[in-house]
Amino acid sequence: MSNLDQVALLLIILVPLAGAGLSMLLPRNRPEDAWYFAIFVSAITLVLSVLLFVRYDFEAGGYQFVRVYEWLDAPLNIDLYLAMDGIAAPLVLLNGIVLFGAVLISQTIKHRSRDFFVLLLALGSGVFGVFVVQDLFFLFFFYELAVLPMYLLIGVWGSSTYFDSDRQRLWGLPIRFDLGSYNRLKEYGAMKLMLVLVAGSVLIWVGILAMYVASGQVAEATFSLVDLGALSSAGEFSPAFQTWVFPLFMIGFGVLAGLWPFHTWSPDGHVAAPTGVSMLHAGVLMKLGAFGIIRVGMVLLPEGAQDPLFYAGDFGVSWMAILIIMGTVNVVYGAISAMSQRDLKYIIGYSSVSHMGYVIMGIATLHPVGLTGAVLQMFSHGIMTALMFAMVGAIYERTHIRDITVLNGLMKRMGFASFFFAIAGLASLGLPGLSGFVAEFMVFTGAFKTYLPLAVLAVVGAALTAIYILRLLARTFFGEADPRWEHLTDASPVEKTVGGAFVLILLFVGVWPAPFTRVINVGVESVLQLF
Amino acid sequence: MTSANLTANLHLLTPEFALAAFALAIFAIDLFLPNQRKELLGWLSALGLVVLAVVSVLMLAGEKESLYDGLLAVDRFSLFFKVFFMGIGVFIILSSIDFVRQHLDHPGEFYGLLLFSVLGMNLMAMSRELLTAYISLELLSFSLYVMVAYALGNAKSNEGSLKYIIIGALSSAILLYGLSMIYSTLGVTKFDAIRIALSDLNGASPALWAGLALLIAGLGFKLAAVPFHMWAPDAYEGAPLPVTAYLAIASKAAAFALVLRLVAEAFVPVTDRWDQWQVIIVILAAVSMVVGNLVALAQSNLKRLMAYSSIGHVGYILAGIAVLAPDSLLGANGVIFYLVGYSVTSMVVFAALIAFFNATGQEEIPDLAGLADRQPFLAMAVAVGLFSLSGLPIFVGFTIKFYLFTAVANEGYLWLAGLAILTSLISLYYYLQVIRQMYIQPAPAAASEGAEDSSEGAADSPSDHSQPNADSTPEFDDEHTHTPAHHEPATDFVALTRPSVALIAVVFVGLVATVALGVYPAPLLELVEGASAAILPGG
Repeated sequence: MSNLDQVALLLIILVPLAGAGLSMLLPRNRPEDAWYFAIFVSAITLVLSVLLFVRYDFEAGGYQFVRVYEWLDAPLNIDLYLAMDGIAAPLVLLNGIVLFGAVLISQTIKHRSRDFFVLLLALGSGVFGVFVVQDLFFLFFFYELAVLPMYLLIGVWGSSTYFDSDRQRLWGLPIRFDLGSYNRLKEYGAMKLMLVLVAGSVLIWVGILAMYVASGQVAEATFSLVDLGALSSAGEFSPAFQTWVFPLFMIGFGVLAGLWPFHTWSPDGHVAAPTGVSMLHAGVLMKLGAFGIIRVGMVLLPEGAQDPLFYAGDFGVSWMAILIIMGTVNVVYGAISAMSQRDLKYIIGYSSVSHMGYVIMGIATLHPVGLTGAVLQMFSHGIMTALMFAMVGAIYERTHIRDITVLNGLMKRMGFASFFFAIAGLASLGLPGLSGFVAEFMVFTGAFKTYLPLAVLAVVGAALTAIYILRLLARTFFGEADPRWEHLTDASPVEKTVGGAFVLILLFVGVWPAPFTRVINVGVESVLQLF
Repeated sequence: MTSANLTANLHLLTPEFALAAFALAIFAIDLFLPNQRKELLGWLSALGLVVLAVVSVLMLAGEKESLYDGLLAVDRFSLFFKVFFMGIGVFIILSSIDFVRQHLDHPGEFYGLLLFSVLGMNLMAMSRELLTAYISLELLSFSLYVMVAYALGNAKSNEGSLKYIIIGALSSAILLYGLSMIYSTLGVTKFDAIRIALSDLNGASPALWAGLALLIAGLGFKLAAVPFHMWAPDAYEGAPLPVTAYLAIASKAAAFALVLRLVAEAFVPVTDRWDQWQVIIVILAAVSMVVGNLVALAQSNLKRLMAYSSIGHVGYILAGIAVLAPDSLLGANGVIFYLVGYSVTSMVVFAALIAFFNATGQEEIPDLAGLADRQPFLAMAVAVGLFSLSGLPIFVGFTIKFYLFTAVANEGYLWLAGLAILTSLISLYYYLQVIRQMYIQPAPAAASEGAEDSSEGAADSPSDHSQPNADSTPEFDDEHTHTPAHHEPATDFVALTRPSVALIAVVFVGLVATVALGVYPAPLLELVEGASAAILPGG
């Protein structure tokens, strides 16, 4: 086993990448082969991610499974420095699970399926890479690698949506939104997602270069997060420098985390994306952003994060204070937006924006409980939103409709799918016993101790979540069934497997979060030591 | 070195003499070959270049000498670029064999001229004297003037070449005038003598400034840097596609090799002056990357798109030139690495476009619609190339941009690096538009395909399940309003004829290089460092 520990992190990046490469050799016209092969590859990564999570020694803490591979000598000095800490461990596990689930769910992809799985596996490799590298070059490399396939994945295999103004009356409200009929082409969603995310990475890239240059002024210039972290702890980066570079990372990564007001790419991308891609997009991709804020922004530039920029009365407004305000807006605004949607995917898309708000809030509290909650929320939200998208995909596959004003009473025909969706919905509104409750409760605790008024607003946001989720469940799943749903078949075996497994995970984390919180805690504490 | 042993180390020029003789031999063989066997010339030229590249490496590895009393340098820098240029030559020839056979007359002269232009480029990388550099540049330019005009019957080709010749001649005049003014103030033309003269000079005379400005303008024309870029889009559009590729890749790389040696050997070591002159190049770089990428947004012709995009890339490379420093190799490494990566990637894109043109005769962006169904390999090649050009991993475009922009930022121009990154984002938009056509737009229906090229394709096109609504001809901004719940596999399209083996080989090798250099550039960078150390000994 110890031999495997040596290379596990390298394998978890290379296996999906090599899998993507090998997939290209498969025959073009046999979609099943590509699917089976992708299952095989993602099963390996799933096993690896579980092993890594289980074998992470939370009592020892710190960075484990460290391996350094030299990549480029002087003058740039870039190493592929692999290591995993307590924050990355659950996220690696999350990606292993969601990638496997997304591959399974993508059974229905028949059109150019080989290319689909090539891109999907490349995306998975990029996500693993971001979580486990300790070098800014490679972090950015994998970050972009995770974004790159999205354009084609959405553009080729996604779906366009037609909006009809006749049904713009929502929730029985007396107001009529006359937006006219219009198309949301999949190209639109794909292009918007791609450009907004790459615009975010423009900021990140500039930030990385700024770090490199700044480190060159006090020591040998480096991209290594370890060396940069040491320089930062030694106080080599001036507060003024930290204050202008931190927002580059905060906004740049925040874009991918769905940070308000840069979040609109996310729902549009979800709606256009095929099921498996939506699962990865909301399940893990958005977590990269939040993870980047912690790993790069907070670890390298703690003073930039917490030093007051200006004073509002006695209260020093730091970037973190601004971040938590934006996160609160995320929570509330995302929930309100979700309430006014009638496309199932838009609802979940905005609900993701709202839930990423809790993550952002938890990060910005700089409180151990809040930050642990944020990381747990990343895991929990990743699973539950992937589950929701999987079930919406199953429904859409059969009805070709995602309009909740048309869908009704699905429970009678699609019992399993409806049940899984309902569990995920309940987790997302924070029902005790499911993972969402634990995570959100921790975030609220952290926020109550630091920013009381915002914490209150966040709880209001949670209440709004309950409203839109319960109305959705009541109408779509439990209402009177329309006769035209008579012919619907329930979830396929594959969908049942994925749904059942994900529900069990939600239950497990909700009932016994300790295996997760104790791992996350050691990571969080070492980050918060810097503050 | 005294004049007595001017010819002592003449053997170092063997590859150049051989190349000149070989080019003449191609002209001669052309006379004896029957018309239907002219493509032998192409294969022969490519083979010759490969042999010469191997000979150059075997003969010249490790040499570091000057010829003709310091007019030409045989060092790692010139060897690197020599092999690089001959490599480009091989790939261009291989990808143009079909094109030349189908679309051009007089293939013999085409390959002969191409060989002469390679000779010109080799000499450009070797020159360390202003007039020698000028003559090498003209050898390249004159070959290119003819090659751009090669499509005789095509009005656009004639227009483009006329513009190219007139502006090329004008820029040569400007360049020469600049050289003469530099000579009049400094009294020398060799790069190292210029360096010494500059550092001895007290205060710059207006004539030197004027000479310098004219020199930059003249070279700016050759590089197609904004504001000296007007000829490029027309020449690119008019030229036969392989020549466009050649213009975009090789002539640019050669001009940069010349500029790199000139700047590194003559200007950079004189640090106090270089600090002032840097600013001019920084401004040229910034304007080029902004204008090139913004204007590219509005293009609908593939060649014009690539022309403006290449102007943007010239901006990035100029930024690298601007940050050359006497004590650091980072900038020079970045520039050379960028040139190689950019050339490899562009080669992939152009070779795939040549294959597309050979099969269809089309070169507008909307014509690419549905290429992913019609010829998946070509579509993938173009997509990979464009993703790489826009700077996304795992392709070489990401690595070269990261390296170059780091070099730029490291010399204190973080804002310029930021601008470069921002304009890369802009470029992503227009590259994605091309990718959208290939992967998302449906292929044109079989019926609407031109009659002249459907004969071969129709045999491959499956005739079953023809879609009822397949009569919609895709436009550039096509709005198909239905909500496709399932992807009806598009079956009613004309599959393209397979590209020739040579083209597939070029695209495949280019793809492999694009990915390999993107994920593991260390071996190449070692060679690059050797090359830049030869021109920047203090680094």
